[in-house]
Amino acid sequence: MSASTTDDALAQVASDPDSVERHFAAAARVAAREGRDGDAAREALLLALPGRAAEVVTRLTHLYAHGDAAERRAVLLALPALDAPDRSSPIADAALPIVRDALRTNDTRLVTAAVGPYAAAHLDDDAWRQAVLKVLFTGIPVENVAGLAERADGELARMVGDYAAEREAAGRVVPPDARTVLALARSQHPPVTRPARAD
Amino acid sequence: MRIFDPHIHMTSRTTDDYQRMHAAGIRAVVEPSFWLGQPRTSLGSFCDYFDSLLGWEPFRASQYGIAHHATIGLNPKEANDARCREVLDVLPRYLAKDRVVAVGELGYDSMTPEEDAVFAAQLELAAEHELPALVHTPHRDKLAGTRRTLDVVSESALEPGAVLVDHLNEMTVGVVAESGAWMGFSVYPDTKMDEHRMVEILRRFGLDRMIVNSAADWGNSDPLKTVRVAEAMLAAGYTDDDVDRVLWRNPVEFFAQSGRLELPDTEAPELVGAGATFMGNSVLRGARD
Repeated sequence: MSASTTDDALAQVASDPDSVERHFAAAARVAAREGRDGDAAREALLLALPGRAAEVVTRLTHLYAHGDAAERRAVLLALPALDAPDRSSPIADAALPIVRDALRTNDTRLVTAAVGPYAAAHLDDDAWRQAVLKVLFTGIPVENVAGLAERADGELARMVGDYAAEREAAGRVVPPDARTVLALARSQHPPVTRPARAD
Repeated sequence: MRIFDPHIHMTSRTTDDYQRMHAAGIRAVVEPSFWLGQPRTSLGSFCDYFDSLLGWEPFRASQYGIAHHATIGLNPKEANDARCREVLDVLPRYLAKDRVVAVGELGYDSMTPEEDAVFAAQLELAAEHELPALVHTPHRDKLAGTRRTLDVVSESALEPGAVLVDHLNEMTVGVVAESGAWMGFSVYPDTKMDEHRMVEILRRFGLDRMIVNSAADWGNSDPLKTVRVAEAMLAAGYTDDDVDRVLWRNPVEFFAQSGRLELPDTEAPELVGAGATFMGNSVLRGARD
């Protein structure tokens, strides 16, 4: 049913991109048998997809929509590599709907994978601040947020300050990560402005 | 005591249940896809259900230190509804996923021609995907339904050892024992099977190919019934090793035929207790910073 090795799967995907769905589903099992990392194997499969960015993003979106949690997470983790400037056709901000979907879930594995360098580079300010707040709310270690020092701004400081005040008013502990974000956000002047959401 | 519940519908259970299950020694479960009490009317509601069995539910279980797996299939009740038949077309996509450890629940509800066709087609899918099959036996006309189930299995490409026939009782266990298939028992508060009758069946038929589950769902059921069977076995003079065989090693051996079980190391000391967020577990294996 599936390719017997990761290398076979990579070669097949390069010549027959329709085969990516079944190879992507089985990739972690195949990689585990070879002593390879499943996420890395899935990233390699996505990088092997031929075609221009629009075509690649269509396939990514399909794989994400049809994926189990591990496959969705692997798509999210691969976005920075698919957007690398040395690629012939980087995906740019075209995969943002996937990031937004992951940020709507309550699955911390997906939220963690969604707040990486791709979101730091492309997500609009409002959605990015909400993502940081969600990271604090769900207890994801804040070091998973890429570009925090660069993007933290006065508005994020206000939001996290309100969150800390709400916790204090309820007699609950303010997580140390909230203090970290607050300190970073308050030290950033003036705020870096990103384009408004475009997707 | 480590316990594997090979048939439990966690989607219908609360996080309190997960906590109680972990505290009682349950470390792994299989959640068979089934119907939800009210008929579904479109393919999309099945896809969302299957996606949650492979996404949200394993995540929820992992937070309580329990490894969650699923079986995927079109159940016999809804096999009779033409609006649900499209599910067969999307099954190959789901049967390729990690943590899908069998095709199921399959089998008969009212033994209609539609159920015959859907059952046989899914046994074929199981063989193609190198997966075992979990087969439910009907609540009504159970013995005839069990015999017919075994006939369909024997005509399929699956070996009897790749089939678990579930919800058995005193009337149906004998024919399944002879067939070479695995025997499943759903221990309920007041229907199907109870823990004391279960021990009697083990005494009569031995421990070979015997699998016990709670089949807990949204009805009157108890997610700790596997534990109650273990206690009843010990009270009846069975050893700890016998209990481990029926309540851990047997279901592991059956579902390991899929090559897709992801079990915790039950010998290692626990790093994280029930209720804690399970950030370091196998779900995040290969996490990169």
